[in-house]
Amino acid sequence: MRQKLARVLGGIAISALVFGGAAACKADSGSEGGGGSNAACDLKIGFFGPLTGDAAGLGIHMRNGTKLAIDQYNKENADCKVNLTEYDSQGDPAKAPALAQQAVGDQKVVGIIGPAFSGESEVADPIFDEAGLPIITPSATRPSLSTKGWKIFHRGVGNDTSQGPAAGRYIKDVLKAEKVYVVDDQSAYGAGLKDEVKKVIGASVVGEDKIQVKQTNFSAVSTRIISSGATVLFFGGYYTEAGLLLKQLKGAGWKGTMVAGDGVNDANFIKVAGEAVAEGTILTCPCAPATAAKGTFLTDYKAAFDNAEPGTYADVSYDITKIMLEGIKAGKATRADLLSFIKSYNKAGTATGVTYKFEGTGELDPAQVIVWAFKVNAGKVVPDVEIPKA
Amino acid sequence: MTATAEKGRGRLAGMKERWAHLPKQVRWAGIAALIAFLYILPNRWFYEYLGFPIGSEYFAFYTTRSDFAGVLFDTAVFVLLAVGLNVVVGFAGLLDLGYFGFYALGAYTVALLTSPESRFGTEWPWLAAVPLAVMVTMVSGVILGGPTLRLRGDYLAIVTLGFAEMIRLYAARNEGILQGQRGIPAVPHPPGTGTDGKPLFGVVDAKPYYWLMLTLILIVILLVRNLANSRVGRAWVAVREDEDAAEIMGVPTFKYKLWAFAIGAAVAGLTGAVFAGKQTFINSDQFLLESSILVLAAVILGGAGNIKGAIVGGALTWYLPEWLRGVGDLVGVEFDAAEYRILVFGLVIIVMMIFRPQGLVPNRRRAAEFADRRKEVVPQETVPNE
Amino acid sequence: MNFDEFFGNFPALTITGLEQGAIYALVALGYTLVYGVLRLINFAHSEVFMVGTFTALWTWEALGYNQNSPSPAFGALLIALLAGLVVAALASAVTAVTVELVAYRPLRKRNAPPLAFLITAIGASFVLAESFGIGTSRAPFGMPNLIPQETLFTVFGAAVTNVQLIILGVTLVMMVGLDQFVNRSRLGRGIRAVAQDADTAALMGVNKNRVILLVFVLGGLMAGVAALLWNVRYGYTKFNVGFLIGLKAFAAAVLGGIGNLRGALLGGLLLGVAENYAAGLFGGDWKDFTGFVLLVVLLMFRPTGLLGESLGRARA
Repeated sequence: MRQKLARVLGGIAISALVFGGAAACKADSGSEGGGGSNAACDLKIGFFGPLTGDAAGLGIHMRNGTKLAIDQYNKENADCKVNLTEYDSQGDPAKAPALAQQAVGDQKVVGIIGPAFSGESEVADPIFDEAGLPIITPSATRPSLSTKGWKIFHRGVGNDTSQGPAAGRYIKDVLKAEKVYVVDDQSAYGAGLKDEVKKVIGASVVGEDKIQVKQTNFSAVSTRIISSGATVLFFGGYYTEAGLLLKQLKGAGWKGTMVAGDGVNDANFIKVAGEAVAEGTILTCPCAPATAAKGTFLTDYKAAFDNAEPGTYADVSYDITKIMLEGIKAGKATRADLLSFIKSYNKAGTATGVTYKFEGTGELDPAQVIVWAFKVNAGKVVPDVEIPKA
Repeated sequence: MTATAEKGRGRLAGMKERWAHLPKQVRWAGIAALIAFLYILPNRWFYEYLGFPIGSEYFAFYTTRSDFAGVLFDTAVFVLLAVGLNVVVGFAGLLDLGYFGFYALGAYTVALLTSPESRFGTEWPWLAAVPLAVMVTMVSGVILGGPTLRLRGDYLAIVTLGFAEMIRLYAARNEGILQGQRGIPAVPHPPGTGTDGKPLFGVVDAKPYYWLMLTLILIVILLVRNLANSRVGRAWVAVREDEDAAEIMGVPTFKYKLWAFAIGAAVAGLTGAVFAGKQTFINSDQFLLESSILVLAAVILGGAGNIKGAIVGGALTWYLPEWLRGVGDLVGVEFDAAEYRILVFGLVIIVMMIFRPQGLVPNRRRAAEFADRRKEVVPQETVPNE
Repeated sequence: MNFDEFFGNFPALTITGLEQGAIYALVALGYTLVYGVLRLINFAHSEVFMVGTFTALWTWEALGYNQNSPSPAFGALLIALLAGLVVAALASAVTAVTVELVAYRPLRKRNAPPLAFLITAIGASFVLAESFGIGTSRAPFGMPNLIPQETLFTVFGAAVTNVQLIILGVTLVMMVGLDQFVNRSRLGRGIRAVAQDADTAALMGVNKNRVILLVFVLGGLMAGVAALLWNVRYGYTKFNVGFLIGLKAFAAAVLGGIGNLRGALLGGLLLGVAENYAAGLFGGDWKDFTGFVLLVVLLMFRPTGLLGESLGRARA
């Protein structure tokens, strides 16, 4: 018995030693930084969105846009760099809190690009708000996000209520469609967009259906659309389902035009549907078309990422990241300073051509929200017309 | 190979035996120390020291890419789910692939009853909704179990899987009462005021939620342990080992299976209710079928039928992938651990099942059974196959 | 509810439901065969299907087709289809066999309990799906439009296309072939023997491991064929494409009576049609929901599925 006890005591002593040894040193975390003369160096901008998992296809483009802006900044300011920190939410609101808390706890993080989706925004934004960490989201377009009183919230794009009605007006005034079928993917984004479109074109809606995200077989909905005699289909949702739906719909003999929002404005849409099928599809986007004024974003992006086409919101992410970088360059090294810098910002972005000026609620100034219609032409998305405000 | 494995097993068994022979007081002190350790774990001034330096890098046991307290809470959620599922799978031997369905049910019940933005409009306080959530899940467990527990083995697995998918797909509908992906926001936090006058349960600090969860885990463990050592627990073992024999010996197998199912469901409902109180926003994205499968994997990895095993399995299954997020930085190479973490998890599962199918911390009775099975295989191989 | 529209579209919904059901049925065969012999829900089978879709796509790309190329002439088309079919079927079969050899056989050697198999299957499914996810950057891929859909004739006002006929025809041929193989051939007798009583079969001189390998090969081949048909009809793949198809196919296998080859066909077609009817009647958001309701309700009242289990004995 005594022998055993001695052994146990020995064991305890050893483990105490191990722990004691470990206790002698801890990681030098970023938290103790912040002092010193060059406080504005080695600051971090966080990207918050899905980088792995199902929704990664959307998140990676935004991250790339952000990364491109930061890499360019670091090349010009090699003596005082800004680091990108990635918070991979996998698009899952359940994973968001721990990541947001980590961002908040790291004092070097002065701004967040994201969260990418409305769902994770609902969970993460209150945490950012509590800590006064400014965010600009490139893609969470749920209208209600700006009404929750989060002072740190900014939206770099128009919300569903700006793009949706414009898409509706395009269907009504430009396409002059009398029979419109509306389909949404039941995501917050897709359903929100569809609701706004319906408000504008109400009378000409001949049918309505829902699909599910990740659905691959659209034969039932195709049958319904064709039998309804609709000439225009409005689809609220993302590019994968849009491409598949259109492919199967046209395969079944439909001849009409699909209209969809910026969630479909992605190179993968044409990749999934094929050029012949995608031809003529109208994609609305709360952004201006590519002109010389937009600078070298497209070529820079392709050069940086293996010749990949910038996907949806890559340009927005690039521009809003530059807003934050401008602030840091101007010496706004704390969250509060950067927040007020963003609040008073008023300049055009080089990739989107949109003038970034935020309202008190964090919404992009409605006067700045321009919605353009783009058309798929021979495998390329080309600008069609600016949709006039109502 | 076998020899070293035997040796390792022997050493582990030896340690276990030594522990079992320690005076009661020492054992109690050990458990108390462990519990105290778990309670102080989320504090930064404590966990910062958990690790050791390698050169200029620092090898941390805590998560460096996501908030440690937040991850601990998520891990605790997973542990409690594993403990609950262990009652169903480990004790009673019922294969439940849709356990997350009950978890979702609990979370949604709280969200519906408490949120001002739910279509119920009842706006109950969080605390009042929790018992109801537990009851709703328990009753739904009985309703689902009633007809299906008469099925056996794999069929039960399929029905439960179908049930979880039904709940998720219903929740994904926009028009339904669960509001689809738009979800139900503004679920209130648990009540309580801290010493500084601020609410105890806020949004930034995950520590109070972790402590709440930890306390609940301890309570549930105590209850489940007592149950497992009672007449009910013995009935479960009988059902698990040989249902027909149990039935013949006069054990009302159906009744006890239903019990296990309902208890498991209630634990999941409780977990969901607390989760809703922390998350404040519940939508259909948060209850994927993959998660059901992960919980089951956690129970089996840890060692089905053993509460300690369920805890270890649950903790590892959730904590390891989160911790791996930071490993890329550590190794210093351009290695995106986040990208590979599920792949690694899959490989670990396969290897684990080959070399240690009884789980990391096996149940003694089950481990014995596994050993028997291994022995049984030997004569079979000597049978000429051609 | 939308009865007028539903009855108006009834024939069309039936036909498109049948074609989807045919693909479910082919994948379901893999589940049923493995379950019949091993009593194992082979979760990794959905990934076997996924591998088939990708390898067929890569074959076509190697032959110079992409999603924008026009439909080739008949001869070239036939070559492309056959090449895709052979490669997809082989790749799927190899994947299935690899999973068996790497993951399941070691467990059988150790006489591991059923739960260990199930968890290993889940692990194998993770590994396969994630490897492809990482390898393909998790992007969706469109397929070359090899066979443009053309309406051949109409039944009660519903168009029947060439692709639909091909899918149903190929499925029936594969089905009958497999059924005959299992019921008539010497190897098929081995499968049935092991399914009925593995130990006795071994004593009678049946090589159990070889039979199991054969079962995985057959299941893989069927999944590969299903993958090719999928590519032709739905023209798309992604690393997680197998998950939902696998789940549905599995449900189909259970509906028909798992372990029962004809049951898999019946269950697949039934599920495909029922889903389509539900989508037509209540709207697309009820499509998948209906499938699972059907599954749960049916199992409650008829636990061995519609046709019962036949490869093996009734499950105790």
